[in-house]
Amino acid sequence: MSGLHAHLAHLATTPAGLWTLAWRRLRADRLAMAALAVVAGWLVLIALSGAGLVAADWEREAGVNYAPPSFLGAAVADTAAAGAAAAPAVPARANPFDPLAGDLAVLRAALPDGGAAPERRPTLPFGADKWGHDIVKKTVKGAETSIVIGIVAAFLAVGLGTLLGALSGYFGGIVDDLLTWLYSVFTSIPSILMILTVAAVLQAKGVATIVLILGLTGWTGPYRLIRAEYIRHKAREYVMAADAIGASAWRRMFVHIFPNVSHVALVQVSILVVGFIKAEVILSFLGFGVPAGVVSWGSMLNEAQNELLLGKWWQLAAAAAAMAVLVTAFSLFADALRDALDPKVK
Amino acid sequence: MLPFLLRRLWQMLPTMLGVVLLVFVLFNWVGGDPAYVLAGKMSSLDAIAGIRRQLGVDEPYHVQLLIFAKQVVTFDFGQSWATGESVGHIISSRLGPSLTVLVPLTILETLIGIALALAVGFVRGSLTDRAVMVACTAAMSVSILVYIIAFQYGLAYRLGLFPVQGWGDSLGENLLRYAPLPVLIGLAVSVAPTLRLYRSFVLDEANQDYVRTARAKGLPERRVMWVHVLRNAAIPIITHVMASLPALLIGAFLLERFFGIPGIGREVILAVERSDFPVIKAITVYVAFATMVFNLLTDLLYRAVDPRVQPG
Repeated sequence: MSGLHAHLAHLATTPAGLWTLAWRRLRADRLAMAALAVVAGWLVLIALSGAGLVAADWEREAGVNYAPPSFLGAAVADTAAAGAAAAPAVPARANPFDPLAGDLAVLRAALPDGGAAPERRPTLPFGADKWGHDIVKKTVKGAETSIVIGIVAAFLAVGLGTLLGALSGYFGGIVDDLLTWLYSVFTSIPSILMILTVAAVLQAKGVATIVLILGLTGWTGPYRLIRAEYIRHKAREYVMAADAIGASAWRRMFVHIFPNVSHVALVQVSILVVGFIKAEVILSFLGFGVPAGVVSWGSMLNEAQNELLLGKWWQLAAAAAAMAVLVTAFSLFADALRDALDPKVK
Repeated sequence: MLPFLLRRLWQMLPTMLGVVLLVFVLFNWVGGDPAYVLAGKMSSLDAIAGIRRQLGVDEPYHVQLLIFAKQVVTFDFGQSWATGESVGHIISSRLGPSLTVLVPLTILETLIGIALALAVGFVRGSLTDRAVMVACTAAMSVSILVYIIAFQYGLAYRLGLFPVQGWGDSLGENLLRYAPLPVLIGLAVSVAPTLRLYRSFVLDEANQDYVRTARAKGLPERRVMWVHVLRNAAIPIITHVMASLPALLIGAFLLERFFGIPGIGREVILAVERSDFPVIKAITVYVAFATMVFNLLTDLLYRAVDPRVQPG
């Protein structure tokens, strides 16, 4: 009896779709939810930073040069930093060798705050870099660059892979032969070599260039998976039904089939974002990435490498920790998402 | 076996042509006129025309493509734009240092990966298993840059356990003195993803009927894992190791750059920094070819290891 009741109750509720079931499975996974919360937190932070609400004044010289983190105390600052901190006390206009010193005094006096040197604190919550920029704000600003590049490039790569995979899998024949040939050509060149080669050719440095490089070299993985899905789906009854009511090939591919394979594309995006954030950091570190003046985690690590020899480890620690936390959370979430969306587990 | 080999070689041809074509299009069409890169900022029209003639870029595209194809076949890419050294010599002389680091790294990574994967597979689903997997994800999330910077600073510069950087002339000196720290860092980066992958291979096999049979016969768990499961998981493991070899050649480029190892990877970075197109072109083409050849070898090995794979 109770079995029948349960059955009737089940029928009364609307059948749960793939996404509802996947969400339920995700909700049950505590690790996945924690990871999702961390990722969401980062996304909110970079959205605020992009809107200029957070870390907008990261270029303000908030601390003395290489101000140590507060928990270490100002005593850690070595003589060089102390000298730099003392420097503003010597008035620049007193310098007899500077022909512009007098003008500078006039200009300074015209400023609303009377040209007083900005107050620079001896310590900051997580220290300062060579110019006295607050490391916390710099890390957030760098996160904005790195994460935005990762996400936009991942959508570009998966969009391209999905388009080509759909064409290849749906039409087959010569289209498939041609695109699969292109795929085998691209995959026979190791991805990092491919990225460096394209970087060498494109010359122009900039955020758009990196997105383009990563997007154009990253389409092969999504292509292979989406192509296989389209081959599986194209002979299904619902596609034939769409054909029977006169839907065009384009409509069948992207209105009818795509929603049924979109979970594969979504998982690919989540995996590629992680890979691309790491790739951007390496490219920027090597100097093939973001242009000078734009801060990213890669450029922070680049600066930190030299600072380490002076014993200033905080910029390295901040960029490395921020990146590790985001990438770990993103990877764990991507894994859980893949498991939750895997139709085999249903 | 021979018909299979011939067919595979025949199938490689269009891919090889594709790689040559792709590299050609990238450098000759997308990349703009190399004469302007080569002539530098202070260049006269005469100088540019001279360089164009010398490079052959004033020829029509199909002639240029033929020249490039001939370069690939004869292993003669001319000279490096930056140093004037022959490109063929650059590649052959940089191979040794790369292999000195990569061979020990690959061997150790594979052995450690297999041992840990079997050990974790042995306690699958347990808290230890889950903790190891989370630790792996975390270890994979730290950028290789951070490992390199931290290890080089900590172990070499502060503690003096290794030389900070450098490279010697003899193989023994390089292997014992200069290679260990790069290999250690390579392991720190690569063992976690390898372990995750091998664990999935081990678990795939651990659910098979023959494993249940072996257990039912009363074999100790240790023997089931190390002999029965390992023998079958060996096939995907071999595939993975073989397939990753050519990429490794380049993958260690950061290690080579940081430790001053004169290998292929460092050469690529130098070439990209200097817009030294002949060197990048040559390395890209040959690494792609190496990838294809290793894929073929993997298939052959696959057949040798697994009698179930039909010859054909």
